[in-house]
Amino acid sequence: MSFALWGSLLDTEPSSAGGEGVSKTLLIVGTRKGCFVLESDADRKDWSMRGPYCEGWPVYHAVYDASSGAIYAAAASEWHGSSIWTSADLGETWTQSSEGLAYEDGRKMSKVSHVSAGHGRVLVGVEAPGIFESTDGGETFSLLTTLAGQPGSEEWDDPANQPPGHLGISAIHQDPDNADNFWAIVQGVGLFETTDYAKTWTPRNRGLRADWPREHEEVGFCVHKLTRSRTDGDRMFQQNHVGMHRSDDRGANWREITEGLPTEFGFAAAVHPHDRDTFHVIPLDPGHGRTMPDGKAAVWRTTDAGSTWARADNGLPQEDAFLGVLREGMAGDTYDVPGYYFGTSTGQVFASNDDAASWREIASYLPAISSVEVAVID
Amino acid sequence: MADLHLPRTLMPLFPDLPRVVEIDATTVNEAIDVLEARWPGVRDRLCEPGPEIRRHIHFYVDKERAALDTPLAPSSRVDVIAAISGG
Repeated sequence: MSFALWGSLLDTEPSSAGGEGVSKTLLIVGTRKGCFVLESDADRKDWSMRGPYCEGWPVYHAVYDASSGAIYAAAASEWHGSSIWTSADLGETWTQSSEGLAYEDGRKMSKVSHVSAGHGRVLVGVEAPGIFESTDGGETFSLLTTLAGQPGSEEWDDPANQPPGHLGISAIHQDPDNADNFWAIVQGVGLFETTDYAKTWTPRNRGLRADWPREHEEVGFCVHKLTRSRTDGDRMFQQNHVGMHRSDDRGANWREITEGLPTEFGFAAAVHPHDRDTFHVIPLDPGHGRTMPDGKAAVWRTTDAGSTWARADNGLPQEDAFLGVLREGMAGDTYDVPGYYFGTSTGQVFASNDDAASWREIASYLPAISSVEVAVID
Repeated sequence: MADLHLPRTLMPLFPDLPRVVEIDATTVNEAIDVLEARWPGVRDRLCEPGPEIRRHIHFYVDKERAALDTPLAPSSRVDVIAAISGG
């Protein structure tokens, strides 16, 4: 494994994080060429970097599982197919397995898109749409659900719509308090919720906007990103292909909160860990470019649940910065003064350790970044 | 015994897997079975369910492009290539 040190990139700024403990802050960064780990302490000023891991496979999403201490990375090699990579020692050593991670009905699996760990299991979202589970720490997998029978499933199960294409399970959100409850996004179709661990599903798209014809009333929406308040589980935010939306009832109903943002389009989003009304997004040009508007990098922040928005761009490049950030490319930590992080499709990682008041670039030359997740380890 | 020459990209995934393996098998598919028995998981890295050879993995038997049912002779050389991809 190659190893690179990044020292003192933030040390000219006084810390306002109040981090005097012994916490370790890890950024787990999935890229087009493997997984990287950036590490700091509770102050989040000085960062070191390790990697690339996963043998340089394209990593679409990587997460830290607080209950087991493992890192899981969803990766798909163009040569060797899809696999889940697992590290039990914070990235120092890795194993990979795809045992059972395949359809037996002839459907192709073009890639593993998303990984979610919790309640002693690992859930993996894949293309074509399906969710696999592992209950042995990523050693073996079995098919949990394809959401068969849901409105729209006949279209996404049509062989003509199979990958290479763009339909898959792009995200899974597990309820931390209820092992049977989680949400899944089917790309280009919408959000679904199960409360009985995938036995039955309910579309959760009421109130969303769609600027195109739809065959089914309940689906046909392009949900890019779902986030949920850590302090109020009823409160959800959603970056959609067309607009920002908010739900105050666990996704049962949505209302648009786009007004005040520079564009209605984007992928990445992050909630405030302690304030149900504060939330961050990164609007992008909705055309082919899908980069930050006018080459001026900015995170946008609301502190009133989307009634108003403000730029949070202090320290971000404001000239010729055509940066893209993908669905899982932004994360927030859980410190009293929270930090936020985002990684770009051109390989930079930007960090704020002062609740988005200022930003610093803490990595500059990574491969294209697919995902950024943060873990605070005591 | 046929000589099976494997791509470098497989080595880090399977401890002790050498670049060249001597295989006693009568077809390419059987050779992969032999590999799988010694290094569990290697079939998934070379084949998709079906089974069929992965799109960017190419097998050659004695310099001819091969399929899973291509026969092997005891003197065969099998080259497994991670074909042009990525970038």
